[in-house]
Amino acid sequence: MSAARISMADWLRGSAVYRSIVRHGTADTNRNRSLVIFENLFLHVHPVKVREKTLRFSHTYWLGGVTLVSCLVLIATGILLMFYYHPSVPQAYRDMKELNYVVDNGLFLRNLHRWAAHLMVFAAFLHMLRVFYHRAYRPPRQFNWVVGIVLLIVTLFLSYTGYLLPWDQLAFWGVSVGTNMAKEAPLVGEKIRFLLLGGNVVSENALLRFYVLHCVVLPVALLLFLSVHIWRIRKDGGVQGPPTDADDPRQEEAE
Amino acid sequence: MSEESERRESPGPAGTSRRDFLTRIGGGACAVAGAGSLVVTLDFLKPKVLFEPPTVFRAGSAVDYPEGTVRFNREQRAYVIGGGGGVFALSAVCTHLGCITRYLSDERAIACPCHGSRFDLEGNVVHGPAPRPLPWLEVTADAAGNLVVDSSIIIPHGKVTRA
Repeated sequence: MSAARISMADWLRGSAVYRSIVRHGTADTNRNRSLVIFENLFLHVHPVKVREKTLRFSHTYWLGGVTLVSCLVLIATGILLMFYYHPSVPQAYRDMKELNYVVDNGLFLRNLHRWAAHLMVFAAFLHMLRVFYHRAYRPPRQFNWVVGIVLLIVTLFLSYTGYLLPWDQLAFWGVSVGTNMAKEAPLVGEKIRFLLLGGNVVSENALLRFYVLHCVVLPVALLLFLSVHIWRIRKDGGVQGPPTDADDPRQEEAE
Repeated sequence: MSEESERRESPGPAGTSRRDFLTRIGGGACAVAGAGSLVVTLDFLKPKVLFEPPTVFRAGSAVDYPEGTVRFNREQRAYVIGGGGGVFALSAVCTHLGCITRYLSDERAIACPCHGSRFDLEGNVVHGPAPRPLPWLEVTADAAGNLVVDSSIIIPHGKVTRA
């Protein structure tokens, strides 16, 4: 039975269609295993070889991975929510209610989106602390630290723009307060608030603008910087876990 | 290098080769076009027509405001108040972070529900976090004594309108 299954897999991998997509045969040599990673658009950001040590939970607490997975959950649930949501007044609030009480599994998907959003911000923040305390921001990873900061800011903006979309009292006043904070920025504050809201008060224009930012502009920016972030991990020699004694400058002085 | 290409690459009278000159012209044109599209895009993002409530509203007659009357206008977010010397209008938008304040009639105070700022009936901050007093708004009275408030015009503190 199992032998038959293996030969089935071999036949599939040897078939003309499979070979036209993947180009190399069964990944049974180290060279082929490497090629599978190298020549795949989605896998090439990932290192070909990973040390077993770096996969342990205690090495990174998987915080970057948790952030990434919650991001994927958010994209999946977000796309589904978009099928029911109209970014207009007062339809937005009704759609949110409809998702909660009428649509099959709507409540589950909306809550999943909400909790994954909280988790993503929380995990991103812990990931940042982990990198800091493990001194993983040091050369050669200093550029990736900066990319990470950009990702954190984009994540916070995503979280904030999503906050307005239910169009309830909490959303309305949350965004009133937040855009008034933006107004306090020197020189350009007033203009930023006007552009962000598409007017002087939180209105239908603001809802549409936040929707476009939340569903198009910011996710595209996030995916772009996320790709660079993960690709740089590979380029910088994989994830760095806790510093070893050899990395400690005090140790070198002692010698 | 052949004689001809040497001639073509050689610097002109100003010390610039033709290729350099054309590269700069091309680069400059791209920069101008890029800056232009940025300006046009920013301009596009600024709405030209806003469907927001008008800033001017009628507040009735001055005789409707005996001393101590406070009326809240929801749409323009303003209080019209009868003071000792006449009528004045206060913005109801908290100077802290833009929430709408509420008049508490039994305490004769204006309070913000968001972060707890309190103001007296002349708009002065009683306690924070509000950093500035509530702005006074322009009130005009026509010959018949009808009051018109413009919430977009801020006037100095303490300037009341007599009927």
